Amino acid sequence: MSENSIALIFAFPLFGAVLCALVGRKSRNLCHPIAVASLAGALWGGIETLRRVIASEANEVSYYFGGWNADAYPRGVGIEFRADYLGTLIMLVVVGVAFLVAIYSKLPVAEETPEKEGSFYTLFLLQVTGLAGICLTGDAFNLYVLIEVAALTGYGLIAMGSARAAAATFNYVILGTIGASFYLLGVGYVYMKTGTLNMVGIQEVITADGLADSAAMQVAFVFICLGVLIKMAFFPFHAWLPNAYFHAPTATSSLLAPLVTKVMIYVMIRMTLTVFGVDFSFENTLWTEVIPWLVVIAIVCAATMALAQRDVKKMLTYLIVAEVGYMVGGIWVYNYYGFIGSIFHVISDACMTLCLFLGVGIILRKRKTTHFDGLRGLFRKMPFTMGGFFVGGFSIIGLPPTCGFFSKWYLITGGMLAERWEYMVALMFSTMVMVVLFFRLIERIHLAVTESGENIGHGHGDLALPDSETFFDEAHWTMLVPLLLSASVVLVIGIFNQDIVNLIQDFLEPFDLPKGTDR
Amino acid sequence: MRAVSEADSSIMFGEDGLLNELLVERFNYCVYVVLLLIGLYAMIAKNNLIKKLIGMSIFQTAIILFYVSIGVKEGGTIPIYVAEHDPHGNHAEHAAHPEEANATEGSEENATTATASHEADHGHHAPRSLTDEETSGYANPLPHVLMLTAIVVGVATLGVALALTQRIYRAYGTIEEDAVLAAILAEDAATVIPDVLSTKPKRAKAKSRKAKQA
Amino acid sequence: MKKLALAVTVLTGVLLLYAAQDFLAWGDLQSPASASPVSKHFIADTGVDTEVPNMVTAVLADYRGFDTMFETVVIFIAGIAIIGILRRTGADADAPALKRENEIATEPDLIVTNTVRLLVPVIQLFAFYVLAHGHVSPGGGFQGGVIMGASFILVALAWDLPKAMDRLSVDRAVMLAGVGILIYAGIGLFSMLLGGEFLDYAELSHVLPVSSEMARYHAMLGVEIGVAFTVTAVMFAIYANLSTRGRLEGGL
Repeated sequence: MSENSIALIFAFPLFGAVLCALVGRKSRNLCHPIAVASLAGALWGGIETLRRVIASEANEVSYYFGGWNADAYPRGVGIEFRADYLGTLIMLVVVGVAFLVAIYSKLPVAEETPEKEGSFYTLFLLQVTGLAGICLTGDAFNLYVLIEVAALTGYGLIAMGSARAAAATFNYVILGTIGASFYLLGVGYVYMKTGTLNMVGIQEVITADGLADSAAMQVAFVFICLGVLIKMAFFPFHAWLPNAYFHAPTATSSLLAPLVTKVMIYVMIRMTLTVFGVDFSFENTLWTEVIPWLVVIAIVCAATMALAQRDVKKMLTYLIVAEVGYMVGGIWVYNYYGFIGSIFHVISDACMTLCLFLGVGIILRKRKTTHFDGLRGLFRKMPFTMGGFFVGGFSIIGLPPTCGFFSKWYLITGGMLAERWEYMVALMFSTMVMVVLFFRLIERIHLAVTESGENIGHGHGDLALPDSETFFDEAHWTMLVPLLLSASVVLVIGIFNQDIVNLIQDFLEPFDLPKGTDR
Repeated sequence: MRAVSEADSSIMFGEDGLLNELLVERFNYCVYVVLLLIGLYAMIAKNNLIKKLIGMSIFQTAIILFYVSIGVKEGGTIPIYVAEHDPHGNHAEHAAHPEEANATEGSEENATTATASHEADHGHHAPRSLTDEETSGYANPLPHVLMLTAIVVGVATLGVALALTQRIYRAYGTIEEDAVLAAILAEDAATVIPDVLSTKPKRAKAKSRKAKQA
Repeated sequence: MKKLALAVTVLTGVLLLYAAQDFLAWGDLQSPASASPVSKHFIADTGVDTEVPNMVTAVLADYRGFDTMFETVVIFIAGIAIIGILRRTGADADAPALKRENEIATEPDLIVTNTVRLLVPVIQLFAFYVLAHGHVSPGGGFQGGVIMGASFILVALAWDLPKAMDRLSVDRAVMLAGVGILIYAGIGLFSMLLGGEFLDYAELSHVLPVSSEMARYHAMLGVEIGVAFTVTAVMFAIYANLSTRGRLEGGL
């Protein structure tokens, strides 16, 4: 069974989703256990796959759906799933995050989308299937289908909330369709010039036929990158993200915010390294000059807009846009350490964003709002929740020993070695902004000062709270335990970052990226 | 003077000129590009939500047309085996009238190859691999398959988007984008932050429930 | 906004046409897509591998069967999402329906209903034919499923929605759609349990008394049936929800 571990990663959530749809109408309470159980199975499949990849010689494991393996048939006849370190690590993050959110979602789903549990968990499990598939697939068109699976389930999950969420989702649909269709167009051009859809096969044809100068391939690369940039909410295509994630139900935003944009970064890494190759993507100096400047604008604008927000959840959505800027910059400074930073940041950002959104969900449930005005006294009332929340916050700022510190370290090293000073300055600036953001938040929670500056407390320690708000009243365990687990994962990944970075370095070895100041 | 203008016009209009290359030999690409631009413009610029969705549909259709046009082969037939290549064979007719069967083929294979392959599988009915000559008589099946998937995905997206439009109409009473935006801004301005922290008696709770339901 | 849209559109068009000069002429036999080993394998060896005459169906349901499974999942997602988005819960459920202007309540027309009564069985039979004959002529699960779903929609149009929903309610449609995916994924899982990869139909020759090529042939039919179930059910569920704005009463 373990040689089919890759198939099991999809089989468990897929069957779980159908089961949720079938039983969801009658017995709504069964959906949550089914979801948690299928994701536990998928997690087992994922860990088993990582073990097999580590144990293999070439650091990758291939799985051919339908049995059309590359020994007996030309490559690309069937659909191949290639699990190498990059894909497997990110897939594990996806399934792990989804597992935690599934446990967490029991109460929010029942309250925010009553009577829709069946549909919700069906779409939830299918979303995870799509995202995990994107990480492992080795076929360019299959990637498109899985992107659309993830997108459609996302639209459904967000729009199941209020009508305001439906309005935000419409914008998301339009922009998301443009992005996915541009990707499809790019793949069409690539297919027309190379004749194959298998990722490794495309790379082989590009090198064999010398297609690096072909106008069609360059335009294909532009469209694929453009499509992926739209889907990952890179500034200025980010307009859909803050509204969509802010108005989404709690469980939805906890699942989508950490994962969707990060998986799109993975797609960009896969396209530039594996499909088009380092020579094609980066030797053309136009992109490596222009894109870091676009990244700088993205990071600065997103950080500034986050500063202007008065609502924690909205602020976090703008921080996601800034983090996307970090990762795109890490890729396009074209440096070995920048790539390590970018890949490690995908993993760590998923975990810390999860931590933050889980915390925000608990706050929303207790205080019915995430506006700054409603956060007074939370340290006293829910110390564990706020502790977990601020572990995520410190990781975003980049304090050791959280994982955020190490990923920022690699990104700054990459920027410095590639002599991209503008990228480094942008990183520093946004780090300062994030320090301001989170410490302002701590101040709000700790003191009795309202937005208008009025001090409504009557002395030291008096936060002007009604009696009901001064007792210790932690969140329900189904919501608290995932939050604390994600906070501890943030710390563990930070402390043991060298093990993960070793795997990433094993993956990046064959690509021969520049390491020093000689580009 | 005349010689120069003739040379100029042949750059555009001659055999290898730009217009001939683009519009005549690669006509299919120009068509789909025009359709794609119409759809893209409608998606971004139109105000009415349904018109945006019509644009989305046109946009996706253009991509589908492009893919299908990749698979065309000059002189090739559709990618379904003709009777004589059929793995299960069309045995009775073949045995009786081999020459007529060859003459009615739609593809442009030469008769000798067809007769040879017919004689080869006349004795046994096992399916066999086709030669290169024969494969060039069929259109490429892969783009058709890819586009079956793309059509289905497009329909699914359109369905979800239409459901969203109905939901927006139910809540805001309009499907013009600027009117929806105005309604949303008015709603935001009127929202009161639920005041759970007031030490005064709770009357803000009623307002907060209404604000959350919208 | 319109100027920005125009600028973006023109820029996209220029990029695309710039790339077009690099393409080979339409229908060129030497284009990489047509001359690649993958394409040649599909045309030359589909008969040998699967004994299915229709190459498109063979590629769809067997070679790239995993893609098709997710395509079916996409249709399923669309149905579930539309039901979830439009369903009225809590306070919304009792709100009165929006008044439609110029609406006149009429009896179902005699000519239309009698014609449809004659047509629907033929349409459904044709749907089965398209599904089953998809191996040999253009057709298959998606096409057959849409035709079948259209027959239910025709009943809903000719009479009214409750008459069609008597035959296929939304609950039953969701169940049918789920069963369709279970058939597809179940065949794949069964092949995996028999020792092959997921969706490796050749392994079914261990349990069916046929050769491994014919096992692929029959498994393809099974898979297409699953697809048809899902597509039929979801087509009708989408129609029922969209035409009534989620109320499932009234209708066009």
